[in-house]
Formats: sequence, C-alpha cells, structure tokens
Amino acid sequence: MTTAAPPVPELAGVPPGAPSSVPRWRALLRWMAEANLAVVTFLAVVFGLFVGAILIVVTTPATLSAWGQVGSHPAHSLSVIFSTLGNAYGAMFTGSIFSPSALGHAISTGRGWNTAFTPLSETMVSATPLILAGTGVALGFSTGVFNIGGQGQLICGAIAATYVGFGVHLPQVPHLVLVVLAGAAGGAVAGFIPGILKARTGAHEVIVTIMLNYIFLNLLNYLLVTPPLQQPGQSNAISRVVPPSARLPHLFGGGLRVNVGFLIALGVAAGASWFMRRSTLGFEFKVIGANPAAGRTAGMDARRATVLVLTISGALVGMAGMATLSGTDFFLSSGYGGNNGFNAITVALLGRNRPLGVVLGSLLFAALSTGGRYLQATTNIPLDLTQVVQAVIVFLVATPALVKEIFHLREAGASKILLFSKGWGG
Amino acid sequence: MRLELSGITKSFGHLLANDHVDLVVEQGEVHCLLGENGAGKTTLMNILFGLLHADSGEVRIDGRPVRFADPGDAVRRGIGMVHQHFMLIPVFSVAENIVLGFEPLKRLGFLDRRRARADIRRVSEEFGLEVDPDALVEDLPVGAQQRVEILKALMRDAQLLILDEPTAVLTPQETQGLFRVIRSLASSGRSVLFITHKLKEVLAVADRITVMRSGRVVGSTGPAGTTEAELASMMVGRDVELVVKKEVAKPGPVVLEVSDLSVVDDRGVTVVDHASFEVRSGEILAVAGVQGNGQTELAEAITGLAERAHLSGSVRLGGRDITGATPRRALKAGIANVPEDRQTDGLVLSMSIADNLVLDVYNQAPYARHGARDLARARSDGQAKLKEFDIRAASVDDPVSALSGGNQQKVIVARELSRPIKLLVASQPTRGLDVGSIEYVHRRIVAERDKGAAVLLVSSELDEVFALGDRIAVMYRGRIVGIVPPSVSREKVGLMMAGVSEPEVEGAVRPL
Repeated sequence: MTTAAPPVPELAGVPPGAPSSVPRWRALLRWMAEANLAVVTFLAVVFGLFVGAILIVVTTPATLSAWGQVGSHPAHSLSVIFSTLGNAYGAMFTGSIFSPSALGHAISTGRGWNTAFTPLSETMVSATPLILAGTGVALGFSTGVFNIGGQGQLICGAIAATYVGFGVHLPQVPHLVLVVLAGAAGGAVAGFIPGILKARTGAHEVIVTIMLNYIFLNLLNYLLVTPPLQQPGQSNAISRVVPPSARLPHLFGGGLRVNVGFLIALGVAAGASWFMRRSTLGFEFKVIGANPAAGRTAGMDARRATVLVLTISGALVGMAGMATLSGTDFFLSSGYGGNNGFNAITVALLGRNRPLGVVLGSLLFAALSTGGRYLQATTNIPLDLTQVVQAVIVFLVATPALVKEIFHLREAGASKILLFSKGWGG
Repeated sequence: MRLELSGITKSFGHLLANDHVDLVVEQGEVHCLLGENGAGKTTLMNILFGLLHADSGEVRIDGRPVRFADPGDAVRRGIGMVHQHFMLIPVFSVAENIVLGFEPLKRLGFLDRRRARADIRRVSEEFGLEVDPDALVEDLPVGAQQRVEILKALMRDAQLLILDEPTAVLTPQETQGLFRVIRSLASSGRSVLFITHKLKEVLAVADRITVMRSGRVVGSTGPAGTTEAELASMMVGRDVELVVKKEVAKPGPVVLEVSDLSVVDDRGVTVVDHASFEVRSGEILAVAGVQGNGQTELAEAITGLAERAHLSGSVRLGGRDITGATPRRALKAGIANVPEDRQTDGLVLSMSIADNLVLDVYNQAPYARHGARDLARARSDGQAKLKEFDIRAASVDDPVSALSGGNQQKVIVARELSRPIKLLVASQPTRGLDVGSIEYVHRRIVAERDKGAAVLLVSSELDEVFALGDRIAVMYRGRIVGIVPPSVSREKVGLMMAGVSEPEVEGAVRPL
C-alpha cells in the first residue's frame, strides 16, 4: 500500500556538455534553471546572505534611523542602508579571505604578507577539523548510518593524542605520526562502541552516539582534574601542554597559523573520495546504505559493515580532535573542540556526503565564522547574525524542494538530489 | 456509461507515451486493454483518471466531452480506479477505509459507523465482494484488500471501473473470484476497463480487447475471434513462442539434497515443516503452491538468507553440508539466486546497471584487485552482458531504476548466470514481466538446466510450473504434500495446493 506516485517520468535536464540536440549554451541555461545539486547549493548561499542582509537592515541602529527618513531623504537613506550592508559583507570578506588594501600594500612594499594572508590562514585553520570530522560523518551517512557522536569521538581522539603527545618522547616526525594515529585510534574506539552495539543488539546508533557524547564530555572533564592528564601544579581543568615535537608544523612559518593539519585534512578527504568510489569496501558500504536487503542477498555482511563504518567514521572525527590539539591549541580544556563535532554533521549535509563537497562546505562554514568574528570586532553587528546566515544556508541545502519552490526551478533528474540518509528506520 | 477516448496524445520529453489513441468502452462491457510493460496503458489510464493531462485528444462520456482536472473530478463523473498498488491505510478498518473522504455523519459530526457498515454490506452482497467491514486492512490477504479497493470505488457510485493489472498479486483462486465480481459488475450495467498483459485472463473475461504497443493502438477484437498466440504477436510485434521448448531432462547426480528441513520465523511459527527432497543436475524441480505456504522461506534457507538459529535438518550441495551457511558461502558454493522480490532483494535501484551486474562478484578478480575495484572492467563486461542477455538500456551507467521490470529481471539473471553455478534457485522469476521477457527468462532457465545445473524453481503460476518443471513439488502450510511428474492433471496439483495429500488425490502418481 504505497502512496500515490503520479508516474510522471519528467526527463532529466541535460547537463552541460551532454550530447543533445539543443545548442550548448541553451543546455547550460537549462541546467542552471533546474533544481540540481550545484544550483540548489549556490542559491542556498545567496538566499542565506540575503536573509542576513535583511537582518542587518532591520537591526542596525544606523539603518533603522535611515528608514525613518526614507520619506524625506530617500537617496540619503538608501545610501546609508547600502553602505552599511556593503561595510558588513566587506568586513566578512576581509575577515575571512583577505583585505584588498593589505594585499595591495604587501604587493607594493614586499612586506606585510602575513597580515594580508592572516584571514585566509585563519579560515583554513577553522576548516581543518571540520573537513576531517565532516568527512567522517559523511562516510557514515552514505552508508545509511547516522553518526551523531562526532563531539564524543572528537574528544576521544584529542584525549588519546594528548596522552601520546606528552607521554612519549621522540623526534618530531615519528612523534607526530604517533600523535596522528593516536587521534584516529581514540576516535575509532569511540565509534566502534555504537557500531558493535548496533550490530549485536540492534541499539540505534543515533541514540547511542548522542548519549556517548555526554559520557565522553564528562570523561574529559574528569580527566582534566586528575593526574596524569591535568597540568601539574594547576587547580584549573587544563591538561598538560604537548611538547613542540607533537605540534603540527606551520605551513608558511611566521605568524600564519595554517599548519600541516590542513594538508592532512585534504589528504583524508581525497582518500575518502577514492575509498567510496573505487574500493571494494566502499562499494559494500554504498550498497548497504542504499539497500541492505540486496546487499545481504549478494553476500555482504551488513553487521560487519556497520561496525566498520562507525569505526572508520569515528577515526576520521578523532583526527579532527587531534588536528586542533596539535595544530593550534596544544592543550585540552573543558569545552574543548567547541561545536566542531556537531558542525561536522552540518558540513556533511552541505557537502551532500561527498568528500569534495565536505571540503568546500567546511571552507564556506569556516569563512563565515572567521568573517563573522571580524564583523563583530569591527562593526557592532553580533556574531549571532552570521550564525543565522549559516543556519539558513544549511536549512535550504537540506530542503531542496523549498529552494526549488522559492526560485521556481524545474525538476532535476531523479538521481540528482539525493536523500542524505535513511531516517530512524535505518 | 459509454466512454470514448479519441486521439489521445501524451509525450514525456521526446518519448511519445500515447500516440493518437482511440478507445471506446460501451456500457456494461468488460474491455481489456492489453499491452506489454511500457506500451502506454498506464499513461492512458492516468489521463482518463485525471492524474495526467493529455497533450491533445478528447475524452467523451455518453457523447459529451469532459475534462478532468484531478482524480476527484473523475470520481465525481463516475470513474473509479483500482491501482496496482493499493491506496489503503493498513491500520484502519475496512469500513473506515471505504468511507474515508465521504463519511456518513451523525449529528455533531460523529462518524455513523452503523450506517457505514450497513451500506458496505449492501453493496458487497450485491456484487459478491466478501469482506468483513470491521477487519483491519493490514490483517487481510491481498485478494481481500483488492475487494476493499473495488468496494471503495463502487460506494462512490463508479459507473466505469478501471482495474490496473489487478491479478498481478492474486492467487489463481483469487483471480477466479475477481472474474466473477467483474462479470457481476458488467451485468449490473457498469463498464470495466481491465488493464493486463496476461493473455489467458483476457480471453477468459473480456467482451472486447484492445491491444497497445509503443503508445499506439495496434488492434481491437472480440475474444471469440482470436487466440493467445495472435494476441501475443500483436502485443510484441512479432511471433512469440508461448510453449517453452525443452528436451526431456537427463538428470545426473544429486546436486541439492534437502532432508528434514524445518524453518521457523521470527515469531517461532513453523513455516517450513520437515521438507525433504533432492534436485539432480540437469533437471528442474518446480515448487508449486499458493503464495505464503513456505516456498519463500524454503528458498531463503537454501540460499543462506535464513537465520541459522531458525533452521533444523540439513541442506547439502554436492555432498557438502551448507545448512545455515552465510549468503556469501552459499554463493561461493555455486548457488545462483534469482530472488522473489527483485527490487528489494535483487537490485540496488539507485545504482548503475554495471554496478548491479557485479553486485556479488565486486570483490573478486577480475573486478577487483587488492581491495580496489576495476571500474573499467565492470563497465566493459557489463556492456557485453547488455548484448548477451538482451537487456534494453542506453548505457551501463544508467541507474537500474530506469529500466522496465523485464529488463531489471534480465540484469539479475545476467548477473547470476555469469558465475559458474551448480544450483539455480529462481523464485517467481517471471512475476509481473511482459511476454517477451517471460519467454526469454524461461529459455535461459532451460538452457542452464541443459548445461548441467540443478534448478529449483519456485512459482505460484501453474502455467510456469507445468511449462518448466521436470518434477513438481507441491507445498502447503510448509509441508511438501507430494512430488509429481508434470504429466499429472492441473486439477490434481490444484487439489494438492489446497492441502489434499497426494495419496488422497485419486489416481495420483507415486512420488519419484
């Protein structure tokens, strides 16, 4: 008893370059007018920024008073509104990518390169854990496993990396290799637990991973006030500081904090992309994610896959915890990792569970965060505004049907917009 | 009601689904619309029912042109439709489902259940549609659910009833029951438009037959003036062999040996009850039975899909014990499995044809090495299989969901028969397929037998059982009632399917 499915085999829009009787530019126009992945994501970003603009206009004192004079001095009011908006989004760009004037200065004088590139470097630093954790979460989603335990796995990875960081004494290269592996192993353990529980008892991974987040969070809080993790001579909840040999080297030296962790993140994303497209295990994961019954009939072991995917997913998220520790923080404290474990879910959604998408989504997300902080520092527009923009973008990316309605797009080919994952039934 | 469709044309992109279709259904007539999957029957019916709108053409009722904006319009004008997939709410009672949307109300807006029940009883008695108005729909067998759908349409005063592939889900007995209902509807002056691709049914029930192919009407005739063979060639566009050509089996050594096999389901109910039989190399053992008598579970137990803890007894393949083996071990032991529910168990619909063709060998040479897949090899071999197995697809990169049912089944057959196999387990291999695909799948199964494989065919279609089986095992409530040669009469097998044990069937032949 399925619901009525009006059988309308609407033909897929022709992607650019596809063989078609219509000219290429018309095919391109058609592609741009249909609700496919790229178009939906782009429009979601545009719409998010548009909502942000409205919020700025209706909340900033300067523009509010300008509104009052729309009747008497329309030109003046509009110019105030537009200059406020321009300043705000200009500040976000300056704060997250680069400042054109600083770059110009660096080019003309040959000095001040660091200042010019600091915003971009900060964006890359923020994106690093998001890429790692987002790739891990996306791997689970595309296998039909909802890993909501990013925060807990990230904390576990960071704890393991910290122990190896201060507990082992080695030259930098082997030490760092061990630290990276420890981060992955810590996250893997935290992912294995919900995996084995689901495979053996059927306990739903959503509930187990959410609950484990609290357990690991409190485990961290406990360890931070207990030797040997606690910084000796401290009563604060702060861990020992890892030595320089356990720190990820900066990529460009000087004041730019962007470090090897960013390259590791890109490498992991590329590896995950290969894994899902080309490896036999990745194929198994995809089949089981799309149709577990068919996978079973074809001889695949869905339980084993569940355990494996949660373990691997946890390992990647654990590396995110390591990346922040060894890249920028060098010690753990209460509240470590911020919201990266949850934001990982968001960027996995943004990137539609594809590693390249996760990288782009993470960069966008990180740019909005660093830009938002700069915006807050230079104007009096609060950081919350950029968080609203982020939320609107994610909301729209997650609801392609809504974007299709708002922008009157045509139906895309059936396979273009994928569901992210199965729901609770999975 | 007299319905006239003239010049109906509907295209989807460059696909012409209906091309100037003309059709007239007289009052009190049972009109069969015959055609293969993809011939445009369902599109035409959806236009008639207001679900789709024609690009051009006209619908007339009793001579007056009508235009339906939506199904509600069509219902108000006396058209009822019973879809292939039922539109019922499982947790509601029969009466609740039937009155949904036009509930008889008491004062204060309460549902008048008494009146609803009485109305349903009256209509169901008039047409011989037995249903208990208070039963929950989810507890009813499929045949009864269909009667609920028909009642629903009749209660809304349908003068023309469209039945879309109504017998696809029914047992032979239920089909006979449905035909009696259709006749009584026609004799009450209602018209029935019956969509199908099954030839026997058409000849049994139709007053008038219209055949469609590739979106066009290719002919219209009465049942007296035609034969199955003639209808089949009209449908397919060429001559079709309705009888499977096969030599007498030359059975070799025993391949599959099932002894004392019992299977319980998740609730602990015994679904296969001490089954014992063997299948030899070079022969087809057909398992007949009404759907739901343990055939599915028997096939699952052999192919490794049953839980080990649910099994007792033994399954041996070529002398080796494979009782409770994992699906992968069963596969590696040389069992090919064409599962009953091809879309759920046989295919990953969202994935490409090439991927589906290697679904059970993706991790073996030549399709993988050191854990990395050879995608180019999977594509090129897939391309070759499209030709070899006559799979009609533009490219191996297309998702399997884009294929017709027949071509989807050919993908499974191609995959399963591309491995070296000792035993082929085929469950309902032609259910829902068009004539051309049925013919093809049957030929392949016989060819596999002739190459020396043992074949276990599970089918609830007696035609298929008699056409293919070298021996016929009949199952009833999990037991194998008897094993008989295909020379026995259909009536005997029919009686055995109803549980009459073989010695009780007069003149039955002893098991081989």
